[in-house]
Amino acid sequence: MTTHSLSIRDLHASIGDKPILKGLSLEIPKGQVHAIMGKNGAGKSTLAKIMAGHPDYTVTSGDVLLDGQSILGLEPDVRARLGLFLAFQYPMEIPGVTIANFIRAALQARLPEGEELEATDYYAKLYAKMDALSVPRNFTSRSVNEGFSGGEKKRCEILQMAMLEPSYAVLDETDSGLDIDALKIVSAGVNALRGPNIGMLVITHYQRLLDYIVPDKVHVMSEGRIILSGDKDLALKLEAEGYDWVEKEHGAKATERALAV
Amino acid sequence: MTLSATSEIRVRELPAQGITVLPLDSLDESHSSPWPEWFRHDQQKAWDLYESLPMPKRNDEPWRFANLKALDLSEFQPAKPVEDKAVLIARSSGLADLAAKLVFANDALIHREVAGLPAGVLLLPLEQAATEHEELFRKHFMSTEVRLGSKKFAALHRARLRSGAFVHVPKGVVIERPIEIWHWVEGENATILPHTLIVLGEGASATVIDRFVSSRDERSLALAVNDLTLGQGALLSYIGVQEWSDKATAFHLNTTEVERDAISTALQMNFGGSYIRGESDSHLLGEGSRSVMLSINPASGSREIDQRTFQDHFSPRATSDLLYHNALADSSKTIFAGLIKVEEAAHETDAYQKVRNLMLSDEAEANSMPGLEILADNVRCTHGATSGELNEDELFYMMARGIAPKQAAQLIVRGFFGTVLERLDNDFLKERLGEILDRKLNLTV
Repeated sequence: MTTHSLSIRDLHASIGDKPILKGLSLEIPKGQVHAIMGKNGAGKSTLAKIMAGHPDYTVTSGDVLLDGQSILGLEPDVRARLGLFLAFQYPMEIPGVTIANFIRAALQARLPEGEELEATDYYAKLYAKMDALSVPRNFTSRSVNEGFSGGEKKRCEILQMAMLEPSYAVLDETDSGLDIDALKIVSAGVNALRGPNIGMLVITHYQRLLDYIVPDKVHVMSEGRIILSGDKDLALKLEAEGYDWVEKEHGAKATERALAV
Repeated sequence: MTLSATSEIRVRELPAQGITVLPLDSLDESHSSPWPEWFRHDQQKAWDLYESLPMPKRNDEPWRFANLKALDLSEFQPAKPVEDKAVLIARSSGLADLAAKLVFANDALIHREVAGLPAGVLLLPLEQAATEHEELFRKHFMSTEVRLGSKKFAALHRARLRSGAFVHVPKGVVIERPIEIWHWVEGENATILPHTLIVLGEGASATVIDRFVSSRDERSLALAVNDLTLGQGALLSYIGVQEWSDKATAFHLNTTEVERDAISTALQMNFGGSYIRGESDSHLLGEGSRSVMLSINPASGSREIDQRTFQDHFSPRATSDLLYHNALADSSKTIFAGLIKVEEAAHETDAYQKVRNLMLSDEAEANSMPGLEILADNVRCTHGATSGELNEDELFYMMARGIAPKQAAQLIVRGFFGTVLERLDNDFLKERLGEILDRKLNLTV
């Protein structure tokens, strides 16, 4: 098995006493885009937060490996510096901190102690990425996400991803709250970052996003585990026929498999 | 653009005036006073007032929650002339692009640079202003009653004043670039009495920055006063950047008088000091006048920052807007007591007062006492105080970008103060003060 992957292995996690993930396994090779679909409450966003290291959740068993290295037990910032990126469903507002300073601090954090980020190069790169994502340049002096529309927040997430160049990115409901024009811009931004040096996990409730970000694989999540995997056509089938059939047919099997382990 | 004409001006000292808790007997009595006779007479009266007024007591409302032990000034001495003026002048490298710069060290003017002041503008040491512009000086120098608790200390300031800055911008004159005034203190237990008196005529405009700095890491006392007077339609930005040593005791007493349609924006940034007492008293005198009162207070160690404010509306349709942000680390302590008062005639007043405390430590203590007194009808007054800790979700978001928790917290604090800077409408100032903030908070961005 290749070590160039984001690998989730039989992951069990809970919030307080409540189990949320119940044996979830997934392998995203570098260079591929995988999608996770599922109903609200399936645990999709929880999976994203657990991978990023959110302190509210406890991993009870299983593992998450980044290019073969376990990241469980590492602080969120350490995971990020190892190359994991999470595009938030609800990006936080940080009053008084400009986007330019925020991204700069994130890049600075990746440099060895005592090394300073070169300002001219930084701004040149930032402006180029902003232009590509149709983010107005005056956004650099605006506070992170403060007063942004839904579309602006999501574009800003993708801008951060473009600047930080992660090896694996988890995009949590990046399509939520976007109109079709914003969706096209954001998708084009994501597609521009696709390539052999990044693996992506796109979490979405709707098939619509996958018309624009065409995945290599689609996984269906239900009650804290993956119950079915397939190619991009699976998304179309889910769109046409809903989630009930798949949960009925495959949910029970997944439970059996889980109990048999 | 750089500063051109530089000149050093004569330095004279005030002779001794009696033995006190702040004896001036170390000064040479053979010098003649640079102050006019009438002012020296005033100083004697101020001294008598100082001696007659009682020290603040625990049950005095203006001193509620304050650490009264910090008011024991008995060990402080008059400041002697500084050792090396050239070094302090060199260290007074502030903002670029200034209209003028004055440097005071231990209450003596040691340096004056003028890059370009419009005709008619007066930028003088106070004693010269008192002599040459007596009427103007008498009218505006500490002309209002000290109402927020420090009457005794204001009297001491007046009694022992040796110099200070006088800025007069006549009617219709606009100074585009800032004037920067440095106030250095040097010597263990040295006392200085910085004073900045700003008088703007009708439609005049100016930006003045007071820099308060300790030469060394020493214990010292500063009794600082600023009087801001704005004529009809005048525009003033006044910034106080306080960087006293962590052992310093300092009083910063402000009075602002705003005439019709004039706008005063005043920001006090407190970076240093052991005990800092701030009093800021805005008089909204004219119809449609406006006073913006801002303060940025990073408190750490065992620092105590005690601030009392007054937004007094005398006329209709005036606005006042107060925003104080305190970030409290370690076992620091802040006190905020603010009063909005709307006098009977001041209908359609719009007054806002907000203090926010960002608690970074369980040992820190923030006291907030917002207050309202409304004697007019049809007014809008909003006031409030909030205290909160670092937002965990913000912290997680930043960590998910690779920023370590300590840097993330610093950035959040920087942002918390940045929202106060945003209230300034001058982009140049915002940027420069932002840089000072970055430096003081040890941020590399």
